Amino acid sequence: MKYQVQENCLTIFLPKELDHHNAEEIRKESDHLIERNHIRYVIFDFADTIFCDSSGIGVIMGRYKRIYMLGGEVCAVHANERMKKMLVMSGVTKIMQIYEEEK
Amino acid sequence: MENTNEMQLIFDSRSSNESFARVTVAAFMTSLNPTVEEVSDVKTAVSEAVTNAVIHGYEGEVKDVIIRCRTEERTLYIEVEDKGKGIEDVEAAMEPLFTTKPDLDRSGMGFSFMEAFMDELEVESKPGEGTVVRMKKIIGKGRKLWTTQSL
Repeated sequence: MKYQVQENCLTIFLPKELDHHNAEEIRKESDHLIERNHIRYVIFDFADTIFCDSSGIGVIMGRYKRIYMLGGEVCAVHANERMKKMLVMSGVTKIMQIYEEEK
Repeated sequence: MENTNEMQLIFDSRSSNESFARVTVAAFMTSLNPTVEEVSDVKTAVSEAVTNAVIHGYEGEVKDVIIRCRTEERTLYIEVEDKGKGIEDVEAAMEPLFTTKPDLDRSGMGFSFMEAFMDELEVESKPGEGTVVRMKKIIGKGRKLWTTQSL
């Protein structure tokens, strides 16, 4: 898992498979980073992700709750069609923007 | 029967085995010539059922999770069983966003995803004895049969 902190913004480069197993690690590490670096914005980068289940959705919802309490925002980038479908179905698109990259 | 195939898989309820379980089921179903979409649907549904067994059924204990798969013509049947603590109220558990473990960042979407991605879903559970999730999916719905031209 890779993370990047730029000022108060944390980018999480999500793994290939965002399931319960990987979600646990992201939850722990990202919460630690959010606390230590006074993070207000979290970007979930789906560029490498080809699989996501409800555990992945749980991680996003959990980070949203935390960041929302701090007055910040979360968003997603580079989501493929499948990932977009999962995000829309689960309703997290109501709390989070999905940005497309301009090419 | 001619057009049936079966397999059984028993593995430890470790989170690291979730990926192994869904990939195995995906490999098993390839004989039905599924689309990428259909494989993704099944993988997600299996992942949800196995994750439930690991987190809720056994609550972190390492015990057996059993998957039984069967194909009949172009229908795929999947059973995911655990002998864990069972579900008190199956109907409530199947409600979207219902979760008994919100502190662990559970989204409560597990059964909803299984329902959405499979054609049928049935959950049988007895508190203290375990849970069986039965799912069915017809592969190649609305797809026309085609034959390759002989050379």
